[in-house]
Amino acid sequence: MNKRLFKRIYKNKTSLCGLLLVTLFALIALLAPVLAPTQNAHNPYQLPQASYQIEPQAPSTQHWFGTTEQQYDLYYGVVWGTRLAFKIGISVTLFAFLIGLCVGGTASYFGGKVDETLMRLTDIVFAVPSLVLAMVIAAMLGPDIKNMMIALTAVAWPSYARLVRGDILSVKQRDYVTAARTLGAGGGRIFWRHIVPNAIYPSVVVASLDIGYVVLTAASLSFLGLGAQPGTADWGQLIAMARNWVLGTPGHPLAYWYTVVAPGGAIFLFVLGWNLLGDAFRDILDPRQG
Amino acid sequence: MGRFMLRRLCLLPLVVLGVTFLLFFLTQRLSPEMRASLYVKDPRQMGALEEVIRQYGLRDNVFKQYGRWLGNVVHGDLGYSPSANMPVAQALKQYLPATIQLALVTMLLVVFFGVWFGAASAVHKDKWQDIVARFISVGGFSLPIFVLGLILLMVFYGKLHWFAPGGYSIQTDIIIHSSAFKTYTGFLLLDSLLNGQWRVFGDVLSHLVLPALTLCIGSFALMVRVMRSSMLEELNKDYVRTARAKGLRESQIIYKHAGKNAIIPVITLAGIQFIRLLGGTVIVETIFDYPGIGRFGVLAAQQLDIAGILGFSLMVAVLFVVGNLLSDILYTAADPRIRLE
Repeated sequence: MNKRLFKRIYKNKTSLCGLLLVTLFALIALLAPVLAPTQNAHNPYQLPQASYQIEPQAPSTQHWFGTTEQQYDLYYGVVWGTRLAFKIGISVTLFAFLIGLCVGGTASYFGGKVDETLMRLTDIVFAVPSLVLAMVIAAMLGPDIKNMMIALTAVAWPSYARLVRGDILSVKQRDYVTAARTLGAGGGRIFWRHIVPNAIYPSVVVASLDIGYVVLTAASLSFLGLGAQPGTADWGQLIAMARNWVLGTPGHPLAYWYTVVAPGGAIFLFVLGWNLLGDAFRDILDPRQG
Repeated sequence: MGRFMLRRLCLLPLVVLGVTFLLFFLTQRLSPEMRASLYVKDPRQMGALEEVIRQYGLRDNVFKQYGRWLGNVVHGDLGYSPSANMPVAQALKQYLPATIQLALVTMLLVVFFGVWFGAASAVHKDKWQDIVARFISVGGFSLPIFVLGLILLMVFYGKLHWFAPGGYSIQTDIIIHSSAFKTYTGFLLLDSLLNGQWRVFGDVLSHLVLPALTLCIGSFALMVRVMRSSMLEELNKDYVRTARAKGLRESQIIYKHAGKNAIIPVITLAGIQFIRLLGGTVIVETIFDYPGIGRFGVLAAQQLDIAGILGFSLMVAVLFVVGNLLSDILYTAADPRIRLE
């Protein structure tokens, strides 16, 4: 399976692009301390400030991507923002998936009323667009990165619960499960040893490819002022600061283009990478593609 | 089918109640003083919060409080919103038409350009038109709307001065608030036509261009994909070959035969996407300072205006749930092979 998978990714140019982009960002995230050495070891996600001058400064040899409002360095923000994006994306997806696995697993294992109750619970979360629900939850919890991650997890788990439940229900009908039962295996053993490992594989792939989407939603929340606070190396937050400067100066309407393009380009390429990779995986997982 | 719909209809209010209770439960994290704003109708009352807390029992348990809130909602009282500076019910009534107007214009753009690009992409498979359309459909999915919105604002407002942010200009504001201008529907595009005010119509429409363009990007990308694959499928069918064998012109085959069939999934998708746009309006309306329900929700969330947040969430949940049900019905109506169980 894995060999075939990589072969197909290499063969397809767009999915190869996706793989390269994601790898590149992963390297930036890993090498952040080398690429942009931090002066603040306790909190490297705090953007360094060159001075307290308000007006953004254009890219120079000192500040490769320029500085945004209040002289926050954009290069530093993009590099450490990558690390923060992975941190948010991976932990939110992981926790949401674990919750989804527990809920979906319980629902499909017990069936009947338990199943009905848990699935109606997922309906409740699905009743509001996820960005809107995350926004409201984040606002109530108070705007900071940790609360934003809780809000994102709270809106993300139901889709995994549904996915896992569906997969488990279909695997339950397979012959080897009947065979295990005939051999006298207990309910718990069948569930954990035979059903779950076979059922969760597709959901794991779907979940891991959602990292791009989670990061996009997180950036949207930060942009609205309900996530990372000013001065944090967070892409959404950097764009929120750029908002005050989009109209430029009289005579030079595009004077501060770099305040939008640097963090905006980073988000775009990051999400693009995951989406391209996601398309490739969907094609591979689709049995009709042979 | 009938039983399924009945079940869905019965579940509808339950789901909406579930969402609002969940959010109401979350509000309990905030101090009674902050929650007192829910019941303050007049800003002058803000000084006497302790009295309000006692009067409305804001230190009671959550079920009792939720029941009281729900009772007020049934009577049309959603509390006072400090962030909008008016009662929540009035704010929702005032802002909702603008958002629906924006979503409708966006949907028109999405369907029109989505079908056009998607069909062109399928007809010219692997030519430059196809490559451009595919590039847009992948890129559009990944471009965050707040980045696109700021870039459009920078270019079309900052540089070119073509379109301004906001809902309408000052001149329009004077006209629509004059006694001569009658409000029939609350939808400014429609009302301006009914009043014969062409300049107001043009002004409102020009303020819709940038938000609609920004909002359409994600749905547009999806639409191009669906139209492309649907058109490709139709073009490979036997009836198209028969039409070609009959000697029909290629344009006739594309538009009259294949196009008509290929558009079916697009129409159902449009129904679903229309509801999905609601999420995006929060960001777009904030960027362009567009006076809709999304901006109202964001301001309420930013300022922890609980009455506003709860009212906004209730409204969105009702719209979303009813819209999803309608699009399911549309789905089965468009394709009789699909059965809802």
